[in-house]
Amino acid sequence: MGLFWHSFRHGVHPPDHKELTAALPIRRLPFPDEIVLPLRQHTGKPARPVVRVGDRVERGDTVAEADGHVSAPVHASAAGTVTAIGLWPHPDGSHATAIRIAVERYSAQALRPRIIPEWQGLSRQELVAAVKDAGVVGLGGAAFPAHVKLAPPPEFPIETLMVNGCECEPYLTTDHRTMVEYPERVQLGVRIMMTCLGAKRAIIGIERNKPDAIAAIQATLPTDLDVTVMPLTVKYPQGAEKMLINSALGREVPSGKLPMHVGVVVQNVASLATIAEVFETGLPLIERIVTVTGLGVRNPANLIVPVGTKLGVLLEACGGLTPDAREIVFGGPMMGASAADLDVPVTKGVTGVIALAASECKTQDSWPCIKCGHCLDACPVFLNPQELGAYARAGRWEEMAASHLADCMVCGSCSYVCPSNIPLSQLFAAAKARVRKLKVAS
Amino acid sequence: MSSSLLVTASPHLAGKHSTPRIMWTVEGSLVPVIGAATWFFGPSAILVIAAATAGTMLTERLFGRPGSLRDGSGMITGLLLGLTLPPGLPMWMAFVGGMFGIGFGKMIFGGLGQNVFNPALLGRAFLQAAFPVALTTWPAKTANWWMLRGDNLAPPFLSAHAPDVVTGATPLGLMKFEHQGTALWDLMLGTTGGSLGETAGLLITLCGLYLALRNYLNWRIPASVLLSAAILAGGLHLLDPGRYPDALFTLFSGGLMLGAWYMATDLVTSPVTNKGAWVFGAGIGLLVVVIRIWGGLAEGVMYAILLMNALVPFINRATQPRLFGTGRKAAA
Repeated sequence: MGLFWHSFRHGVHPPDHKELTAALPIRRLPFPDEIVLPLRQHTGKPARPVVRVGDRVERGDTVAEADGHVSAPVHASAAGTVTAIGLWPHPDGSHATAIRIAVERYSAQALRPRIIPEWQGLSRQELVAAVKDAGVVGLGGAAFPAHVKLAPPPEFPIETLMVNGCECEPYLTTDHRTMVEYPERVQLGVRIMMTCLGAKRAIIGIERNKPDAIAAIQATLPTDLDVTVMPLTVKYPQGAEKMLINSALGREVPSGKLPMHVGVVVQNVASLATIAEVFETGLPLIERIVTVTGLGVRNPANLIVPVGTKLGVLLEACGGLTPDAREIVFGGPMMGASAADLDVPVTKGVTGVIALAASECKTQDSWPCIKCGHCLDACPVFLNPQELGAYARAGRWEEMAASHLADCMVCGSCSYVCPSNIPLSQLFAAAKARVRKLKVAS
Repeated sequence: MSSSLLVTASPHLAGKHSTPRIMWTVEGSLVPVIGAATWFFGPSAILVIAAATAGTMLTERLFGRPGSLRDGSGMITGLLLGLTLPPGLPMWMAFVGGMFGIGFGKMIFGGLGQNVFNPALLGRAFLQAAFPVALTTWPAKTANWWMLRGDNLAPPFLSAHAPDVVTGATPLGLMKFEHQGTALWDLMLGTTGGSLGETAGLLITLCGLYLALRNYLNWRIPASVLLSAAILAGGLHLLDPGRYPDALFTLFSGGLMLGAWYMATDLVTSPVTNKGAWVFGAGIGLLVVVIRIWGGLAEGVMYAILLMNALVPFINRATQPRLFGTGRKAAA
């Protein structure tokens, strides 16, 4: 059934509001006066700073280097002077160490000579090393270092590269615009990644609500590689790795395992375009495409934003907030985090900034669970969120772990459908942290 | 602006359904059923349903969380209880039934969402035990629509005598005790004797289907109740058509339609899993037929549902969903 419909079971259909920005060409944001570069912009260990306060940096210079394998370096996204290294508000809601750079106002922002080499003629190891040096991480939101995905352990041969062009989160259109405006870049990224992985084929999964993206990708398919486009049902979370593999290949990745265990690597289109871009331009990952949208911002836009640009600057460039703007979300509305502060910088993993007007925000009222079972029908990994929610409220962490809490990916589908507005995914995220603590303690 | 920003956990969007909205929609869907009851049984219908609802809402107000009347759940119990009562029932009995249903059916468990048994049916079970005669007195048709169908206005605790009305019978009573059938068309439309809201089987089905389409009830439960009852009754009818009524009579007589669409589907007291819904419904359907045919009572819907309510925790436990990526569907 999954294969026939090109979809997975369960999931939800939130209103997507992509019409706000889906047709807007990507524009470039001018350089801000200050950029703030958190050392933790990726999943894994934070980067280690290699500059000191007072140092002068050019655009593209490394300001922090990768600390270990699952880590990524950070580069200056504009020329200027390091003014401080210290705690600064982070998109995830915490404070984290960040490097502040005062951008030189009249700098030419001239490009340094090629930092990343041309890709032709490089060996697999050299390609992986170049991607690591360029600080490329997954741009779909989770920001997992791209070089780790490019070099899976040799005992798991990769057959299929699954390209994620679903962009199933409502409002966001960065992947959509990337596919429409830079299809060749996506294809080059696919080619480089297939080369690294030794994959025999690639499948580009795109939700059917992006016909122009499907057409653009279709028109640029390479003739010498086995790359196909697969239009997919519009449903959240179609872009979750395991859901996508289930939809496209009809296979369920076993619980507790990764896609590579079934011979698949999933990478998002924006990440692939970025991999291609760093080899094209020779510059590391210092800017990314961000959708600024929502009814709470005056002029929604798709923007190329230097990494480290502060939220306030970004919103100002889009005409500012409307009087009824109520909540600002980093990332998609289903999994993104609220910003409490307009000084928070855009990091590599920020797919969008959504200013929700009061009319778009959900109610703050909550009612008792009426056991309607809608959450069970929504959960894409077939958990019982009703029971898990009851356990979470009672603090029964061990029972939650036994009820497969680890398989929950906190996609938010259960909370979305809950008629009683019970914050299930928040409870589960908190419970996951508690279970981790229990494990560490024991 | 930044001082007034809202900070909440994801997801930042919510679906359009809310618990009060579900409850009030269920109440709205009952309006045609109440209208039909009034059409068939005159002002008595309004009086009995209003008395039962007053009992549930007063109790909800006294013992519920502040503002819990607004979620609409207390009112549903009252309307549904009223619809299961005979038209001639004294109002004070209906009121006491409503109080018992909410007080002992819901509040002592901790209020909305916590109860094990359907509160409306628990209220009715209490009335059946306390006032067996009044609960099985079915008034005959009256000459005028506006005449009361019984002693609705009897003062509390004083009407020890049997209600002073001409009594009729329900199709199930006729079938069980006199072996007399009723025309199917009358059963479907509701022009028969019986409790207030249970007679118009077709109308109840339509209202229930509307709720199923809105996803405010799990369609698997009525489907399973009606299928299992029809299969068992139909099978018995095939064995001995003279002794056992046919499947359609079984479906459209008594309270089966009201029970299948509105009582068994109570969200709180039915299983949360879809597999469980099938099991739960099948249990109800089979029990109804068993009680009607082999039990001492003419009707068994109420006890069938209450019995299965008690099994819901076990059904939930036994029908947990298969975790994604486990079992035979997981890729090797």
